[in-house]
Amino acid sequence: MSILAYLIPISLTLGAVGLLAFVYTVRSNQYDDPEGDSRRILSDEWDDHPRP
Amino acid sequence: MSARLHPQPAAACPGCLAAPVQDIVPAPEDARIALSLPTIHCQNCISAVERGLMAHPGVQDARVNLTLKRAMVRADDGLTAADLIPVLERLGYEAHELDPGALQATRTDRAGRDLLIRLAVAGFASMNVMLLSVSVWSGATDATRDMFHWISAAITLPAIGYAAQPFFRNAWSALSAGRLNMDVPIVLAIVLALVTSLWETALSGEHAYFDAALTLTFFLLAGRYLDFRTRAIARSAAEELAALEVPRAIRIGGQDSHEVAVSELGVGDLVLVRPGGRMPVDGQVVTGQSELDRSLLTGETLPVFAGPGRAVSAGEVNLTGPLTIKATAVGQDTSLHRMADLVAIAESGRAHYTSLADAAARLYAPGVHFLSALSFVGWYLWSGDLRVALNIAAAVLIITCPCALGLAVPAVTTAASGRLFRRGMLIKHGTALERLAQVDTVVFDKTGTLTTGTPEVTNLDSFSRQDRALALALAQGSAHPLSVALTKAMQDMGIEPADVRDITEHPGYGTEGTYRGQTVRLGRAAWVGATQGDRTAAWLAVGDAAPRGFLFTDSLRPGATEAVARLRQSGKQVMLISGDSPGAVQSLARRLKIDDWAAEALPQDKAERIAALTEQGHRVLMVGDGLNDTAALAAAHVSISPASALDAARVASDIVLLGQDLSPIAEACDTAQRATRRIRENFRIATLYNLIAVPLAVAGLATPLIAALAMSASSITVSLNALRLR
Repeated sequence: MSILAYLIPISLTLGAVGLLAFVYTVRSNQYDDPEGDSRRILSDEWDDHPRP
Repeated sequence: MSARLHPQPAAACPGCLAAPVQDIVPAPEDARIALSLPTIHCQNCISAVERGLMAHPGVQDARVNLTLKRAMVRADDGLTAADLIPVLERLGYEAHELDPGALQATRTDRAGRDLLIRLAVAGFASMNVMLLSVSVWSGATDATRDMFHWISAAITLPAIGYAAQPFFRNAWSALSAGRLNMDVPIVLAIVLALVTSLWETALSGEHAYFDAALTLTFFLLAGRYLDFRTRAIARSAAEELAALEVPRAIRIGGQDSHEVAVSELGVGDLVLVRPGGRMPVDGQVVTGQSELDRSLLTGETLPVFAGPGRAVSAGEVNLTGPLTIKATAVGQDTSLHRMADLVAIAESGRAHYTSLADAAARLYAPGVHFLSALSFVGWYLWSGDLRVALNIAAAVLIITCPCALGLAVPAVTTAASGRLFRRGMLIKHGTALERLAQVDTVVFDKTGTLTTGTPEVTNLDSFSRQDRALALALAQGSAHPLSVALTKAMQDMGIEPADVRDITEHPGYGTEGTYRGQTVRLGRAAWVGATQGDRTAAWLAVGDAAPRGFLFTDSLRPGATEAVARLRQSGKQVMLISGDSPGAVQSLARRLKIDDWAAEALPQDKAERIAALTEQGHRVLMVGDGLNDTAALAAAHVSISPASALDAARVASDIVLLGQDLSPIAEACDTAQRATRRIRENFRIATLYNLIAVPLAVAGLATPLIAALAMSASSITVSLNALRLR
C-alpha cells in the first residue's frame, strides 16, 4: 500500500493544477463571450498574436 | 432622453445577496465607444462588423461580443459613435450608441467571477474527495479508511469554508431577521455532516459524509450560478437599454452653445432642441416654431403645433424646426418623473406574487427540520446512543437537502430565458415567466406598440398625377415625418417631382413654393385654409383651389397581426386601449380583428381598467411603450414593452422586446407555460427521489453511497429535464 504515498499527493497536485488553470481562465476574461468564441473558430481571419 | 430612471435592483434572490454589494466600480477611465448591435447573430456578422469598423480611419481596435450583442471600439479622440453608426448601417446592421457610463459591466463580472471560482473550488475538491470515498466504498478498511477519511477532512474543511460562504451569509441574514429560507437547512445539513463525519473519523467510524457535503455545495452553487448568470445577462441588457439614450442636451450660454449632460441643466437654462431631438426638460418655448410629437406621453398620433410661449414637457419629440426652450423643471421635477411616481404606487400590487421556488421553500424548510429532529429524538429514545441518533439525523438532512430543488427553478429559467433571448425577448424579472404563464387577457397599447409610429399615406390614388408631382416637390424640401413618408411613397410609385420654384419651409406650418405663378402649399390644415379632421393629414393647396388632404395611418408593426391572431387562437382575450382618437383606434382594431377597444384613455384610465380586470379574476398581460402606459404596465400581472419604449416604460415592464417584431409575444406565452410545467415536473422529480431515499435514511439504512447516488441522480435528472426547453 506504500504506493498510496505517491498516488495521493499526485492526485491532489493534479486537482490543484486543474483548479489553478480554471482560476486563470476566469481571471483572463475567457468566459465573457462564450457565444462569440464558439463561432470565432469558424473565422478565416485568425490572429497569430491575439491581444491580451 | 432626459431624466433617467434607474432600473430597480433585481429582486432579492439568494444569488444576488451572495454578490458583494460594495463593488460598484465606475466605468473604466479609457471610456470607449460602445455600440449595441441587436441584429448580429453569426460568425459572418462578427467578421463583417469588426472588419468594417477597423477599416474606418481613426479606429484603433474593435471587438464584438456576440453574447451581449455589443461592440466595444477603441478610437482616436475625435471619433464619435455618430461616425461609426452609418458605417455599420451601410453594412446592413442596426447599431445604436450606448452610454459606457451606464454599463456597469465590471460590477456584474466580479460577482459572477466570485461565484464561478467558488463553484470551481467546490467542484475540484469534491472530485478529489469522491475519489477517496470510492476507495472507501469499494472496501478500504481500518487504517487505510481512517487515513482516507482524514485526507478527505483536510480537503473538505477549507474548501467548504471558502465555497459555501454565500450560503452561510444568506442563512445568517435570514436567521437574524427571524425568518427561515432555503439556505438554513442547507447550512444545517453541511455543518451537521461535517461535525458528525469528523466525530466518526476520530472514532474510526465507518461512514463519513465529506463527499456529500461537498457535492451538495457544488450542485447548489451551480444552481446559484445559473440563476446569477440569467439575471446578469438580463441586467446587462437592461442597462444597455438605459444606456441607449445618451442623456445630452445643447445649452445656449452667452455667445456659443455647449453639449452638456442633462443632469447638469438647471432651471432657467436655455436649451436648444434640434428637429428630431427629444425635450430633455420641462420648459417653455422661447424662440422657434415647430411641431411636437407627443405620442410617447399621451398616445396621440397627431403632431401639435409649438411656438413661443408654449409649454413643453420632457419626453416630447421636436419634429420640424429648431426650438429654444427655457427650462422650468429639471431632473426629478419634470412631468416625466412625476409619472414615475404613479408607477411606484401601482407596482405595490405585484409584490404579492409568490414565486414557485419560494412556495416550495416555505413548505420544505420546516418539513425537513421537523423530520430530521424527529428521527434524532426517535433514535435517541429507542437506542439511547447519541452518536447513532446524530448520525441518522445528519443523514436525513443530507438526503433531503434540496440539491434538486435548488436547481429545479434556475435550470428551467436559464433555458427558457436563453430561448426567448434568442428570439429577441429579454426577461428582466425573475418571476416574469411564471406570471406570464398564467395570463388570460392581453391588453395592447396602440401607438408605438401595435404600430411603429411612422406614418403611411393611404389615399394617394385619389390625387391627380399633377397634384402628386407638386406634393412630391414640396415634400422633398422638408424633413417632417409626414413629408418623408409622402416622398417615400411617391418615389416608390415612380413619380417625378414637378418644377416648383422658391421652396421654403416654414417650421411648424409646412412648405411653400411657386408653380407657374401660383403659390402651392403643403402643410397643416389651418395654414392652408382647411379644417382639421380627426385623422393625421397633410394638406395640399394649389393657388386658390380648395385644399385637399393626404391622409395617413400609422404603419403596423411587423408581426402585429400574427401576434394578435395567435394570442386569440390560444384562447386569450385581446384588448386595445389607446390615448388616441376613436377614429384611429377603431380602424386599427378592425384591421387586427380586436373587438374590445377603448380610445382617448388617460394614463389613470388605463391603469384603472387593468385593475378592474384583475379584480374580476383575470391575469392581465399589458403590452405598451409610452409614458401614458407606465402605470398600466406596473399594475398588470405581467408586462412587456418594446425596446423603442421610453425608459420609464421599460423599467416598469418585466419583459422587453428587443427587435421590431411583435410575433414573439405569443411564443413567449407558450414558452412560459412550458417552463412552469417543467418547474413543477422538477419539483415532482425531486420529491420522488426524496420519497425513496428518506425512509431509508430515517430507518438508519442510508450510507454515504446512497446519499451520493440520490443527490447526483436527482440533480442530473432535473437539469436534463430543464434542457428539454431549449
